[in-house]
Amino acid sequence: MSATDITPTPRRIPDRLDKPFRSAILSWEALLVAVAVTIFIVNSFASPYFLDVWSLSDLTFNFTEKGLIALAMALLIISGEIDLSVAAIIALASTLMGMAAQVGVDTPGVLLIGVGTGLVCGAFNGLLVTGLGLPSIVVTIGTMSLFRGTAFIILGDQAYKGYPASFAFFGQGYVWWVFSFELALFAIAAVVYWFVLHRTSFGRRIFAIGNNAVAAQFSGVRVGRIKFILFCLTGLMSGIAAVLITSRLGSTRPSIAQGYELEVITMVVLGGVSILGGAGSILGVVLAALIMGLVTFGLGLLNVPGIVMSIFIGLLLIMVIALPILWDRFGRRRRLA
Amino acid sequence: MKTLAKHREIWLLAAIAGLVALISVRFPGFARPGNLATVFNDTSILMILALGQMVVILTRSIDLSMASNLAFTGMVVAMINAAFPAFPIPLLILVAIGVGLLLGALNGLLVWKLGIPPIVVTLGTLTIYRGATFLISGGAWVNADQMSPAFVGLQRMQLLGMPVLSWIAITVIALFFVLMSRTSVGRSFYAIGVNPTASVYAGIDVGRTKFLAFCLSGAVAGLCGYLWISRYVIASVEVANGYELNIIAACVIGGISIAGGIGSVAGAVLGALFLGIISTALPVINVSPFWQMAISGSAILLAVVLNARGERKQGRIILRKAEAA
Repeated sequence: MSATDITPTPRRIPDRLDKPFRSAILSWEALLVAVAVTIFIVNSFASPYFLDVWSLSDLTFNFTEKGLIALAMALLIISGEIDLSVAAIIALASTLMGMAAQVGVDTPGVLLIGVGTGLVCGAFNGLLVTGLGLPSIVVTIGTMSLFRGTAFIILGDQAYKGYPASFAFFGQGYVWWVFSFELALFAIAAVVYWFVLHRTSFGRRIFAIGNNAVAAQFSGVRVGRIKFILFCLTGLMSGIAAVLITSRLGSTRPSIAQGYELEVITMVVLGGVSILGGAGSILGVVLAALIMGLVTFGLGLLNVPGIVMSIFIGLLLIMVIALPILWDRFGRRRRLA
Repeated sequence: MKTLAKHREIWLLAAIAGLVALISVRFPGFARPGNLATVFNDTSILMILALGQMVVILTRSIDLSMASNLAFTGMVVAMINAAFPAFPIPLLILVAIGVGLLLGALNGLLVWKLGIPPIVVTLGTLTIYRGATFLISGGAWVNADQMSPAFVGLQRMQLLGMPVLSWIAITVIALFFVLMSRTSVGRSFYAIGVNPTASVYAGIDVGRTKFLAFCLSGAVAGLCGYLWISRYVIASVEVANGYELNIIAACVIGGISIAGGIGSVAGAVLGALFLGIISTALPVINVSPFWQMAISGSAILLAVVLNARGERKQGRIILRKAEAA
């Protein structure tokens, strides 16, 4: 190869970016809103039972638990890491809560154990990834087996029942009228996460890490510590989700929340968070959570089996990612012509 | 670099030997050649799948859809067999490989032509392929009595003292060994994993090579679709649910770096064997099978920690050699 091949072409500095970051994000969320509205309209025509406040209230249970984890997972993925162990954390936390309830621990104690287990598991992931510098995808595949495996060791093929009566509030209680405790918690968490990611320097640092961890490190961002905090947060949210699910179901099996990790990640990616890190918004994730809830609930009303719904979710995931790419390519070709 | 790579497989082999020795203390019959051959046979499917996954991981990608692909293909061949029992089995195996290849090619096309990250593509197709399994079967099972004796019997036939399933595994291992070490395509899988940019300058089409890797993992999953169904003699939507993570676990234990470019056929095979031995041995030494998951989780974590240290060492050696040159 001759040297001429690598001489740099003269740089042309554009007066503004080809595609402003802001408008790209806006259009993504606009797309999600359009999808959500379409599904909502289709649903209300498809089933006479859909447009009812209590139906719609039930609908929210489809996404609040996974959505809570997705909020923290979004931050983690934006920082360039991933956590596949969230569902296993739910299983372990739920099992330990069941154990505690079995020996007569009351609601506050059970609650503390569930949330605490989540936090400890998240910290364990964080330590392995940031302390030892291991790839998060492999670490969390390992801890996923470890956490759920521990639940299986404790419970085997048994189940825990008999939670304190007051414990049922978290998963079955209503704050006001049709608004469940789960929905209220999700709404509050969404606002908090939105504020943290988009309005604080901590949030800016997460984006900085995701775009270029080395540059962020040299700019004085404590990359390891922030990633560790994000793993703890994801664990904590999984612990909270474990409390909600356990309370809603009123029983614990080691196979609880099987496959949730992939649904949560689907939610995050559907919400416009780049799986490669560095881009995304909480609004997108909330919209994606809503869309997934709408799809599963609407199809459920039509007696479509869960496994067929998963086809829709899978198609939705690929289409929503592929369409802007195709659109962009088509647009560029037209511009060049 | 080669001696170091060899080192890792030797360590893994030593760990497996140690594991077998440890089990033999509790249960002396475990290390008998006949029993080890049975363990090998039991692990055949996981070994074949791990080899397919290895190629994908080498190219800095990941295929989460392998287990769903397996379930879909398995259902297809089981339904063909139930409807046309006279359909020749060798042809049916070709159909399985073909269907698997097609599903893998779809993954590969989305990665290659649209540039969607592999983890997103295969996360999507993971649910789509399993959902499609439900659609074609209507949720019904294909039971043992609907399968022809040839369909079920082929892999159990004894050939030179071993079941055909073991021979299929050995053939696939040999093919992968030749592919990875003796062909330019095999070397380009490594090349684009180590340095995609340099590979482009070396004339390797990165996208196309990734596409080929997905085709390969798909074809392998298809083959295992037939093997799985004829081994466990039931085809349902739930077949191999969640197994994709076992496959990745085998690769990780086998020292295949998730960052791409590092890994070997021997590693993938040994990683799968390690998991296979654990799952066979637990009931034998009176440990509840419920311990299996936690043990393999710990094994994965241990393997990652050890591999990460190995990779760092390797990096320095390459630099030193470059300086000397």
